[in-house]
Amino acid sequence: MSTLQENTLPAKQKATRATVHRRLHPTVIVYLALVALLVVGSVLVGLRGEVLLDQNGILNILTRATALGLVAIGQTMVILTGSLDLSVAYLVGLTSLIAAETMAGQDSMVLPGVLLALAVAAGVGLVNGLIITVLKAHAFIATLGVALILRGYLENNYTGPAGDVPRGFQHLGYDRIGPVPIAALLMLAVAALCWWYLTRTRPGYHMYAVGGDIEVARLSGVRTRRTIITAHVLCSVAAGFAGIYLASRLGSGAPYVGTDAGYDLESIAAVVLGGTLLAGGRGGIAGTIGGVLILATLDTTFDALEVDPFFKDVVRGVVLVTAVALYARRMVANRAHGRLS
Amino acid sequence: MTWRPRLAEGTAPALVFLLLLLIGLAIVGPAYSEPAGYLALLKRAAPLMILAIGQYFVIVSGGFDLSVGALVTAGVVIAARLIGGNESATAWVILLVLGFGLLVGLINGLVTTKLLVPSFIVTLGMLLVLDGATFLWTGGAPRGALSDGFRMFGRGNADVPVLGEVPWSVLILLSILVAAVLFMRGGTGRALVAVGDNEATVRMSGGQVDRLRLLAFTLSGLLAAVAAILLGGFAGVSAQVGNGLEFRAITAVVLGGVLLGGGRGSVVAAAAGALSLEALFTLLNLLGVSGALKSAVQGVIIIVAVAYASLGGGVRQRLRLWPKPRDSVQTAQPASS
Amino acid sequence: MTTGTTTSVRLTGITKSFLGVPVLRGVDLELRGGEVHAVMGENGAGKSTLLKVLAGVHRPDGGTIEVDGGEVSFAGPSDAQRAGIAIIHQEFTLLPHRSVAENVYLGREPVRRMQVDRRRMVADTRELLDWLGEDGIDPTDPVSSLSVAQRQVVEIVKALSTDARVLGMDEPTAALADHEVELLYDLVRRLRERGIAILYVSHRMREVFDLSDRITVLKDGQFVTCAPTSELTSEDLVRHMVGRDLGEYYPDRGVADDLGPVRLALRGAGNARVRDLNLEVRAGEIVGLAGLQGSGRSAVARAVFGVEPFTRGSMEVDGVARRVTRPRSAVRLGVALVTEDRKGDGLALRQSVRDNTLLVRRAALRGGRARAKSDVPALLDKVAVVARGEHQEVRFLSGGNQQKVVLAKWLAVEPTVLLVDEPTRGIDVGAKRAVHELLRDLAKRGVAVLMISSELPELIGMSDRILVMHDGALAGELPAGASEGAVMALATGHGVGEVP
Repeated sequence: MSTLQENTLPAKQKATRATVHRRLHPTVIVYLALVALLVVGSVLVGLRGEVLLDQNGILNILTRATALGLVAIGQTMVILTGSLDLSVAYLVGLTSLIAAETMAGQDSMVLPGVLLALAVAAGVGLVNGLIITVLKAHAFIATLGVALILRGYLENNYTGPAGDVPRGFQHLGYDRIGPVPIAALLMLAVAALCWWYLTRTRPGYHMYAVGGDIEVARLSGVRTRRTIITAHVLCSVAAGFAGIYLASRLGSGAPYVGTDAGYDLESIAAVVLGGTLLAGGRGGIAGTIGGVLILATLDTTFDALEVDPFFKDVVRGVVLVTAVALYARRMVANRAHGRLS
Repeated sequence: MTWRPRLAEGTAPALVFLLLLLIGLAIVGPAYSEPAGYLALLKRAAPLMILAIGQYFVIVSGGFDLSVGALVTAGVVIAARLIGGNESATAWVILLVLGFGLLVGLINGLVTTKLLVPSFIVTLGMLLVLDGATFLWTGGAPRGALSDGFRMFGRGNADVPVLGEVPWSVLILLSILVAAVLFMRGGTGRALVAVGDNEATVRMSGGQVDRLRLLAFTLSGLLAAVAAILLGGFAGVSAQVGNGLEFRAITAVVLGGVLLGGGRGSVVAAAAGALSLEALFTLLNLLGVSGALKSAVQGVIIIVAVAYASLGGGVRQRLRLWPKPRDSVQTAQPASS
Repeated sequence: MTTGTTTSVRLTGITKSFLGVPVLRGVDLELRGGEVHAVMGENGAGKSTLLKVLAGVHRPDGGTIEVDGGEVSFAGPSDAQRAGIAIIHQEFTLLPHRSVAENVYLGREPVRRMQVDRRRMVADTRELLDWLGEDGIDPTDPVSSLSVAQRQVVEIVKALSTDARVLGMDEPTAALADHEVELLYDLVRRLRERGIAILYVSHRMREVFDLSDRITVLKDGQFVTCAPTSELTSEDLVRHMVGRDLGEYYPDRGVADDLGPVRLALRGAGNARVRDLNLEVRAGEIVGLAGLQGSGRSAVARAVFGVEPFTRGSMEVDGVARRVTRPRSAVRLGVALVTEDRKGDGLALRQSVRDNTLLVRRAALRGGRARAKSDVPALLDKVAVVARGEHQEVRFLSGGNQQKVVLAKWLAVEPTVLLVDEPTRGIDVGAKRAVHELLRDLAKRGVAVLMISSELPELIGMSDRILVMHDGALAGELPAGASEGAVMALATGHGVGEVP
């Protein structure tokens, strides 16, 4: 506090600092890193006489990004609100099963299947939100507990893929325009919608406020419980979309499709890689999509280079920690700058 | 001032919960009518309890360690490959595994403190790196085998005077627990909790915040390596041996009433939380709950326990705050001094 | 903005308990439009709680709230806002990562076609800032780029933007520099002229007499008196607040003969904030360090303590030149710093009184000295902490007792140089006096005390001599008992070097 008190700057100086601040926005860095990665990846793949960003490569990257992107969009909302959701991975599996089993191969049941899956997802999100706000359990434990419950349900009732998605619905998973899958476009549309929600609507503003400082938000009249619950419902619905998408791609529901891909921790990694503060209050969807694309590009590049799949995990871990270390350095540098000028 | 047993907040309900489970075991399972049954339970629970003790250091100082599960797997896989059934390699491989755990913890701690990355992210990254690197090194599936000498710690018994046959793992657990309790009662331990509460205060009081944090992560890594040695002996070599252990250890610590975010909780309670978790599994087994539903029941109980701890806090607080003149340090009114 | 109508608020028989401990026991308060109504009382008297009840943050357990004669009940802060009541809280209630406009309209964002009307938000914020004459703040700047004083302005703008007709202020000047305090006075008076009712909670006697029309005094959660300011003297007020006469305010000074060797000396020391510091503090004396906020007085203490170390010149502790680059080194040389932010970096609030008392010893020392703990009762006794037990968490203590625990934690390592920064900020009159006596007692026992305070009467009353800072450098030295005018003259840059 006292360092700030000693710091009364003339207005002009501050204005220049604000612009510097904006130019170095984390989202910009994420996309610069993505471009750099694409260039480096293209060169490396090019050295092998292949092309990274041909039709197939782009398709590959976008396909990988779709399911993770959907989960990460939802995860962004809860993290911005200062919470966390570890139950998304099992939820993805559960919703894929609900969708596929309800559809049971009939075209007429597509809509009911989708709606039921989303409704169940919303219900799980509601439970998460209520446990956190009403029972006051830490989000980590609350969603871990819900994840265990979902897991118990899945293990008890399923041993493998179940349900059947009608052929018509599988188009969602495979149709594309040029190299761009329809599903990726839909994912981007969801992203755009959530971006709008977070940056343009009151409930979105309130998510930033609750994540920034829940007590401040409460004192300012923000309905903090409702905000947290909303974030969790939206997060789960986004995971539900991912489950439906995966069902359409796989042709059936699969109980462990979400956990095998590690969507719980992976989505958190993508969000943080996208420059959102793990503690909440700062960041956004645009960065998350950048983070997801970086992870997808890394995967695709390594596949093209035929690198050992286990090596990918190693690189992923290093990239994640390095990126967050860079963000942390920038924040510290900004603060130091503010103190000394 | 009269002496009375003093428990960190949240500890008492954790112990009561454990007691209820143990009583439940005694009622349901005939094996639990005598000490041997509980000894077997303790032996099963020892690796998780040791992990929980390590995790406790990190959580109480304000962090998370998500890398311990991967570290356990790595420890077992490394040991199996290096020993390859060769008894004479046991000693140095054990030292190597311990050293490896120490090193991983050290890296976690250094990245967290020096690069200012939230420990959740650092240890998540470490989880990915360890998982990848272990299998990169072994080529996908664990190879080799553990020696009998290595496995003794996880499954063998030691002859202890008076007590008779006691599993090695229980002895190791107890000595770690005693050491941890002594450590937490000492100045460094108290300072570690204070770091979790308010690190600026510790820094301004002349404390070395970074070193304390580093110590917590290093201890967690080291204890994860110990757990790996016990689990390798107890459960054998597999690539899944450490799967999900990080979450289970964190759950155990929280079940023990330790505050996520740091600053409150006792190490005994954290270990008790781990024992509760293991007792719960056993009880569910005895009750014939299907294996699949066990995790669901576990989930419900965790949520209920944590909710009780945070909602019940109000009630306990009221009891604590009620004026108790016999306890006051001194009775002088602020005005009259 | 503010409408022409005035509002009156009447609180009757308000009671409120937290976890079974009564904080308000039947408080009455009447507030009229166009008046500044001060609420005074010791810490723990219930002032802040009363304000929060009025703001809808806390629900009273009993009693009634009437606005313009009609009884109301607030389910939350937004209900109070709708009734025209806004509060500026003691702690800052701003989000650093969000812009000024977003903060001002937090919870009440204007909506147009389903979207937040950002243009209107920015324009309205700018209008309010202009009205206050604060054109240095851009509504789109993130709050993290503002100074503390500017943040205070944003707080006020936030309250005004609710069309408040009743404004509660909780210690509004606590974080302000002195020239900013004047601006705040102006602002409060202007608000009063517009018919706004202002509930002004403060510890500072002078502020209350300068500003208020009426004063209500609370003690232990109970209503004591309410009278027009013109009918009260400061002695009356103190008597009402503590229920007795305090007599002499400050302990006797030391005698010059008692002075021992030089404990702390700075020779041409400086860093990014302060420069050319030459000073000595001897064993047995209390040296006051005065200056306006931002003059660098806290920076001196922080530099000596190694938080933001000196980069030029030299520093001697007990006659030996030392480079102190972190608090740990300072502590080990026998230097202690009681910081101005008790909760931020003075205490670990969830830990017990005992653990806090032993914190420095355990954190900074080694070996047997670090492990010693048998003297905790004696230490707590020395500072006269009132707690339910050694094992009570310090967050449940009053501000005054918390400050005593901070002192105890330093006494535990027997410092020879004690730096105290605003040692009595936000603590009640009784505790204040205890702290003063303790500081004097330490000085008498050979500790060199450097005391920083923005309360001039305290600084003058306590100090054996007063150093005054201006703009990062020492502007002059004054003897014990110098006048406030003399200190202010030096502090504001007039009469440099003159000793009136």
